[in-house]
Amino acid sequence: MGSIKDKVAIIGMGCSQFGERWDTGMSDLAIEASSEAFKDAGVGPEDIEACFFSTVYAPMGGTGSSAAADALKLRDIPIIRNENWCTSGHIALFEACMAVASGMYDVVMALGVEKLKDTGYAGLGMGRGMNPVLEARRTAPGSFALIAKRYFQEYGLSNEEGKELIGRIAVKNHDNGSRAPKAHFHNKVPLEKVLAAPVIAWPLGLFDCCGNSDGAACAIVTRADMAKNFRDDPIYLKGVGVAMDSSMPHLRPNFDWIHFGALMNSSKKAYEMAGITNPREELDLAEVHDCFTITELAIYENFGFSKPGGAIEDIRSGFFEIGGGLPVNIDGGLKCFGHPIGASGLRMTYEIYKQLQQKVDNPERQVKNPRLGLSHTFGGPPQISAVAILGNEKG
Amino acid sequence: MAGIFTAAAHIPYLKIERKTIGGAWERGGQKGCRSVAGSDEDSLTMAAEAAGAALEAGGRDGVQALYFASTTAPYREKATAAMLATVLDLGGNMETLDLGNSLRSGLGALKLALDTADGGKVLVASGEKRLGYPRSDQEQLFGDAGAAVLVGGGDAPVAYLGGYAVTDEITDVWRTQEDTYVQSWEGRFVTGEGYLRVTAQAIKGLMSQMGLKPEDIAKAIIPAPDPRSGMGILKKTGLSQAGEAVDSLLETVGFCGTAHPLVMLAAVLEQAQPGEKILLAAYGDGAQALLFEVKSQPVLPAVSVPQQLESRRAINSYARFLSFNGLVEPQPGEPFRLVPSATVIWRERDSLLRCRGSKCQVCGTAAFPIQRICDNCRSVDQFDTVRLSSMAGEVFTFSRDNLAGRPDDPVIVQTVVQMENGARFYGLMTDADPNQVDLGMPVKLTLRRMHDLGGFHNYFWKCRPVR
Repeated sequence: MGSIKDKVAIIGMGCSQFGERWDTGMSDLAIEASSEAFKDAGVGPEDIEACFFSTVYAPMGGTGSSAAADALKLRDIPIIRNENWCTSGHIALFEACMAVASGMYDVVMALGVEKLKDTGYAGLGMGRGMNPVLEARRTAPGSFALIAKRYFQEYGLSNEEGKELIGRIAVKNHDNGSRAPKAHFHNKVPLEKVLAAPVIAWPLGLFDCCGNSDGAACAIVTRADMAKNFRDDPIYLKGVGVAMDSSMPHLRPNFDWIHFGALMNSSKKAYEMAGITNPREELDLAEVHDCFTITELAIYENFGFSKPGGAIEDIRSGFFEIGGGLPVNIDGGLKCFGHPIGASGLRMTYEIYKQLQQKVDNPERQVKNPRLGLSHTFGGPPQISAVAILGNEKG
Repeated sequence: MAGIFTAAAHIPYLKIERKTIGGAWERGGQKGCRSVAGSDEDSLTMAAEAAGAALEAGGRDGVQALYFASTTAPYREKATAAMLATVLDLGGNMETLDLGNSLRSGLGALKLALDTADGGKVLVASGEKRLGYPRSDQEQLFGDAGAAVLVGGGDAPVAYLGGYAVTDEITDVWRTQEDTYVQSWEGRFVTGEGYLRVTAQAIKGLMSQMGLKPEDIAKAIIPAPDPRSGMGILKKTGLSQAGEAVDSLLETVGFCGTAHPLVMLAAVLEQAQPGEKILLAAYGDGAQALLFEVKSQPVLPAVSVPQQLESRRAINSYARFLSFNGLVEPQPGEPFRLVPSATVIWRERDSLLRCRGSKCQVCGTAAFPIQRICDNCRSVDQFDTVRLSSMAGEVFTFSRDNLAGRPDDPVIVQTVVQMENGARFYGLMTDADPNQVDLGMPVKLTLRRMHDLGGFHNYFWKCRPVR
């Protein structure tokens, strides 16, 4: 497999305010994120040669890419929509990077938009896939919660100890969210409140679940050798790794709900491309897919941030907190920033981009002199994972 | 002559104390409790549970016909017996027939099976879920249950000796095409000129025809719609001793309509001794009585009727009882994103209805649903299909999902089951106390009604704790 390390750069990004945007439609969200990105890159819609568009809940049939074209008045260029569950935003970025790395285009856009709050209900609805009965009454929290009991069992945690452990991730991400103005939630929560919250899908309580939010995020991508024509501090793509799997890895006789091939392989590919051998030491920060607290815990170990079973001590010692050895989800994560599905991968990349430029919107959460950051999304039942590693120095 | 190989009953996991129903109407409750079909059960699924148990005990080879009897079949037009044969994973070259409309159709189906079994096996299955008017005595007296009897040729352990039938036109208990609830005429007329007179006529006719005295009968199974009528018929036929040797199940289950004689038969066969003569009767616009003799102890289902009665859970809410019966519409919960499709269910019937998974001929990896390409070795179209519904399984992991349930049944246990052949089943658990679920818990698969998307009933498999 080849490499596109240092061949692609991000020269502009934008991110809308996340939250319950009752007065804001899908078009408004797209305009909000792309306007910031255009301004940041110093380009306009006329400069965009191709657009890679991610959204999950906009109707899949009969709408094509019109949601992006209509909102931004993009025309006469390819607009390519993808729907890959929670990784859709990263897949749009991946496509954009491949498009410029191939030499076909010079300036392209990756745009992720999700309008969840027009449906009239708080959750995402039930059931997955095309089959009328096979995945009936399957929900996101119910699916991810299946990790918890296996993890507790594997490492000898009682239900109470396990719940407290993942509760600490919620406390951390709420603390981080309080310093992120564009996040959906800004409230700090004490552990006692996390543990006492209503159960959504045991052992996951309300604070173990991410926000159901509206939002959009956008990246303008160009060839690395052209990047300095646009700005002094472009951010370079160091590594990318995408691993998808059958939607039924859990049907394998040896699938244990602790080790996820998609997580391990996507991170491995990205580390190899970026030349990272010890992510725990070499990464300065990471934005990972904390759709549920237990998911973030599983990612620590599958990504090699912690050794198997080591996440327990790392969580308790605050290793992933702001000021810790490897701050994770420093903007509040999906938990507090919110999770508009198709936008999330680009929002997480936005945080890494701003951090590496040392231009985050609240200096209180700025990591000192970061060089390398990772963003990641993980979706499906769960079985589909995408990782991007960015750096602020061209190698 | 034909006879019975085995019989099985399915008593639903849920029950409700009659005083809970009475209390909701600020009136007294009758003695005991009644069974309640779960929100995912109907006459088909209850019959399927019982029929599955009967086939496990009596052997599934050689079943040449399946008769289904109910007055509450899931469809007014569409054969339940054909669906039942499919979910039981029986062969396609067989006769299937639905019988209905009469509380006598359960016993009638058994008689038809005995008359037609010849050298092969015939499976008789019944399920019933009748509705009494809210506040009526029937609301408390009725019960929901399924039953199945496996009938066959000469070597059957319970031999059929003969039968006697009476037909009698009377409008005593009925439902028109439009009725939700069972209607009835004045009680004294219904009992005196209907049930007691005609049932006695059939029983006496049988005894006289066979030259039997009451003391020749060891066990008399004479279902009655209420305890008082039950006492009355025993007295009228002189069968008090043989009748009292049998549990009417009225106090613990309730009167299960056309399934009731077969449910009682299943319970009686569990205690039958060789040499005993069993009389089995049913009433409904006439009456029928059959006589059997136990030649040897039949092979019994894995779980007995008393075990089922002891492993139930009470619902303490009349509102939920109404809601499970579709009589009130609770607040809608999370919407479904699934696309209903009769085509998909038909095309994938081997997995979705027959509950078959695949086992790779090359590397042996087992999977459910059927996979054309092995997930392990990627062999294409080299697999055998295997039935998972007969297998044991245990809980590999689970969560208690508060979002996924119906508003009247809000907690869904999302479960991954490790089947004994190595396959994994990932689905919903039913018939369980969510707080009692743990890793390693033994479970079995059971067909349930998932939802009614598309205007038709969508069935699929769930797991449930072994009772």
